[in-house]
Amino acid sequence: MMKTITEINEKLKNGEAVILNAEEMIDLVEKEGIKKAAQKVDVVTTGTFGPMCSSGIYINIGHSKPRIKLSAGECFLNDVPAYTGYAAVDISLGATALPPDDPRNKYHPGRFIYGGGHVIEEFVKGKDIKLVAKGYGTDCYPRKKLETFINIKDVNEAVLFNIRNCYQNYNCGVNLSDKTIYTYMGVLKPNLGNATYCSAGQLSPLLKDPYYRTIGIGTKIFLGGGVGFIAWQGTQHNPTVKRKHNGIPQAPAGTIAVIGDLKQMSHKWLRGTSMLGYGVTLTIGIGIPIPVLDEEIAKFTAIKDTEIFTQVVDYSKNYPEVLAGSLGEVNYAQLKSGEIELQGKTGLVKVPTASLSSYYKAVEIANILKEWLKEGRFLLTEPVEKLPGSETELTCKLLKERILTE
Amino acid sequence: MTSKKIVLKFPKQLGDKPVIYKLVKDYNLEFNILKAVIMPDEEGLLVMELKGTADNYKNGIKYLESLGILIQPLSKDVTRDEEKCTHCGACVTICPTFAFIVDKKSTPARKIVFDDKKCIACELCIPACPLQAMELHF
Ligand code: SF4
Ligand code: SF4
Repeated sequence: MMKTITEINEKLKNGEAVILNAEEMIDLVEKEGIKKAAQKVDVVTTGTFGPMCSSGIYINIGHSKPRIKLSAGECFLNDVPAYTGYAAVDISLGATALPPDDPRNKYHPGRFIYGGGHVIEEFVKGKDIKLVAKGYGTDCYPRKKLETFINIKDVNEAVLFNIRNCYQNYNCGVNLSDKTIYTYMGVLKPNLGNATYCSAGQLSPLLKDPYYRTIGIGTKIFLGGGVGFIAWQGTQHNPTVKRKHNGIPQAPAGTIAVIGDLKQMSHKWLRGTSMLGYGVTLTIGIGIPIPVLDEEIAKFTAIKDTEIFTQVVDYSKNYPEVLAGSLGEVNYAQLKSGEIELQGKTGLVKVPTASLSSYYKAVEIANILKEWLKEGRFLLTEPVEKLPGSETELTCKLLKERILTE
Repeated sequence: MTSKKIVLKFPKQLGDKPVIYKLVKDYNLEFNILKAVIMPDEEGLLVMELKGTADNYKNGIKYLESLGILIQPLSKDVTRDEEKCTHCGACVTICPTFAFIVDKKSTPARKIVFDDKKCIACELCIPACPLQAMELHF
């Protein structure tokens, strides 16, 4: 039994398609088996809502009178530096950008109260954003200074373009040292005082299509409360990491680059985020529909937390020093139980766990996507091109550092 | 007569000493424990109301301080901005009194419930909440 995306889209248009979120699909497969579930269900929706640093926006603010070319290198949005190395009035802002006068980690751990991620949240919300920029003056762009407010409804284009989002699996972070450390995996208490993880597990998009059979370039997705698309594989896309027999990578693997019209999105799903002692980032909501084309895909979409494993990594030494070695492998059901067991200095210890990505909101995203599909206003797309998969030789490399010579 | 609500932070090695008993016996103070968290091998936290004559109160506090106990007045209040909270769960292992609970039965599942009755206003969650949802009031 095989279905095609065209057939499923027909059903969606007629309101006849059966759509479940990944949680419901797991239950159904448990009750009725893969065969029946594959016949019954047309689409499984997934979701994730977590901090994703490689995110940003680009804007065309429109030409001023007289004209200015912002590329003089100085442009601030609410005092956060934006990048202007494009044509006259195109600018981009990254989620982790910080105002020059932010104390950063001068008094460790820094608070990182406001940065790029927060500007993006306020901009999407429709708040006026203060723009202060300089030009150097040319015959065609004579103006040298611009100070104004900009608003999302007035700019020409406002686009969210994230070069790496939606990691397929991620490390579980711990701290083996004897002092608290402040990382992008949150506050890690000394001597295995806690363990943090950052994946929706059984609801996470790329874990439900582990070999990227249906998720590819051009796939239409839920992005930040609006509609977006997968533009490319994300940076550090690493499809060739070790996988379990069920196809699930045992460590951070695939990633996607995503793009979408910021004007349609909502501040509810794009949230400025401050990681103590680390920096600013953006918490983003992404949801991807997976067409249940055959039994294999049905099986993948029903993979549950107990079958998704990740590595426990020490962020006090191994991660920063890039030393290989995992403190153990745990599955997401264990992580979500509130406690995992790890080998400590004096034997097995129970380590309390905390999540950085919101499962609660991930379910909400999968459900919103379900509604969109049900209403027939969101149809599925055939990928234009496949993402590089485990059959390629693509791996994520370290920097080859070289000595600078004259 | 002095009566105050205070937060005591105990150093590790003090966990098993009869501190409160001494307050009653030697300083004639009345006490009412509001919250107590003492974990083996970790710092202990005690929130209590302490009552007695001004002199006894002062000397009692001095005695506590001589033991290396940190004393703070309990005049702060910590709240959560429900609009800002994303229910991520980062606070769950930060709070020493387990005021954040993962509700596995909520719909959707895993809502993070903040039980402010358990909160002793230690402020640890305030900088640790990535969404700046936890707020301190004086
Ligand atoms: S860390 Fe902050 S945002 Fe996350 S659940 Fe706790 S209070 Fe909510
Ligand atoms: S201030 Fe925050 S961390 Fe401290 S007891 Fe209250 S809820 Fe827990």
